Amino acid sequence: MQINFEHNQSAHCESGTASNLLRHHGLILSEPMIFGIGSGLFFGHFPFLKVNGIPGTTYRIFPGLIFSRTCKRLGIKMKKQTFRSETKAMEELDRILEKGMPVGLLTSVYYLPYLPAALRFHFNAHNIVVYGKRDGNYLVSDPVMETITEIAPEDLQRARFAKGALAPRGKMYYPIFVPKEINLKQSIVDGIRRTAVDMTSIPVPLIGVRGIRFLAKRIAAYPEKLSVRKSSLYLGNIVRMQEEIGTGGAGFRFLFAAFLQESSSILNQNWLMDLSKEVTETGDKWRDFAYDAARICKDRATTGESYEKLSSMMLECANREEKIFTKLKKISL
Amino acid sequence: MEKDKVPQEDSNILEGKVKMLKYAVDENGNYTKVSSVGWEPETIVLSLAWDEIHEKIEAVRIRVLANEISPIAYYIEKEMLDIKLLSQYVGYFSFQVKRHLKPSIFKKLSQKQLEKYAKAFQITTEQLLDITLENK
Repeated sequence: MQINFEHNQSAHCESGTASNLLRHHGLILSEPMIFGIGSGLFFGHFPFLKVNGIPGTTYRIFPGLIFSRTCKRLGIKMKKQTFRSETKAMEELDRILEKGMPVGLLTSVYYLPYLPAALRFHFNAHNIVVYGKRDGNYLVSDPVMETITEIAPEDLQRARFAKGALAPRGKMYYPIFVPKEINLKQSIVDGIRRTAVDMTSIPVPLIGVRGIRFLAKRIAAYPEKLSVRKSSLYLGNIVRMQEEIGTGGAGFRFLFAAFLQESSSILNQNWLMDLSKEVTETGDKWRDFAYDAARICKDRATTGESYEKLSSMMLECANREEKIFTKLKKISL
Repeated sequence: MEKDKVPQEDSNILEGKVKMLKYAVDENGNYTKVSSVGWEPETIVLSLAWDEIHEKIEAVRIRVLANEISPIAYYIEKEMLDIKLLSQYVGYFSFQVKRHLKPSIFKKLSQKQLEKYAKAFQITTEQLLDITLENK
């Protein structure tokens, strides 16, 4: 049993899976388009949410939201299921595949054997599409991979039922209704507006532009407050979240810039093109930050000066993004 | 980022299994997809995270070999779990798993209990009893 499924590699797993799944149902939207409509861009730094003792930083919206927002804005209906029983979860997957439908699955990266070992951390919100079976193995379209791949049923079952934070509980999803006509323009405007609001107007100091400034201040204080080892671990994590595979680099800024560029011609609004350029420039600034930060991590630098410099680089990103998103907030059709 | 500036610094940390997809602008300022084999800063921070994990594994390995703590502790680090997470996989309470970390109590575990742990760690019970057999 095999479904004719077109696999496209993507920079980010959630928008990539959504793009691939919807294409199969006749709705052709690029990965940046989905990322933008689903308001994927975000910033948050949570010192109290620690993973392995390191505070969490995110450059994207929480897992699952890109998907649900995209579906809501475009009028797509998805069937979503989670399971208590592992056997039932695998049976249901087979049943839907039998009907000729590719299925999106939530998995843990740690239990996907086809990925390189260096990327296999316990991260429970990785999206893949399974679209058939061959010789007892499942055929997988993993948006991170260049080509399609296969996975053994017991490995897939394990990955679907990983435990811990954000446990997938066998979650599977597939579109049951995709409208023939979508209101793309309005969806783009809604998507951009939501991102702009998330980045500038939420009165919590940990998220959006405020969050970036908050983190910048903390970085400046790292050499005073933390040991050399801890400082470089904390800093390393900030860069990893920004640049690691599946993030598209520069904390999704380039993905968002690509989305603005595409939107500019769809909405026929040239100013979005200029803003796309500004976002690209800001993305480059984030990359400069990553470059310097990684150096400091490697050298285990102890001088407060280098951390001061990093802090000011990040503040510059915050200032740029504040300007960009204040402008974007005013978008209308 | 311009297309020709997309870094191609292969460090072999990804074993050549994956190339990453990046979005970059071409000569005309249009966004396009470019494959990248890696970027040094990414490699640095990724290796740093792994070094930290490997140090922890090594530290606990020595303690297990000295019989200060049971092999379960070693495999917890090896599989990057913690007591709470492991307790969910094996179906015991955390305090039970904590007890099983003591070598004297670990010795008394039944075959059935050992199998549960071995399954959670994806190893055989022989490997669970003797960490030097571990070959993953």
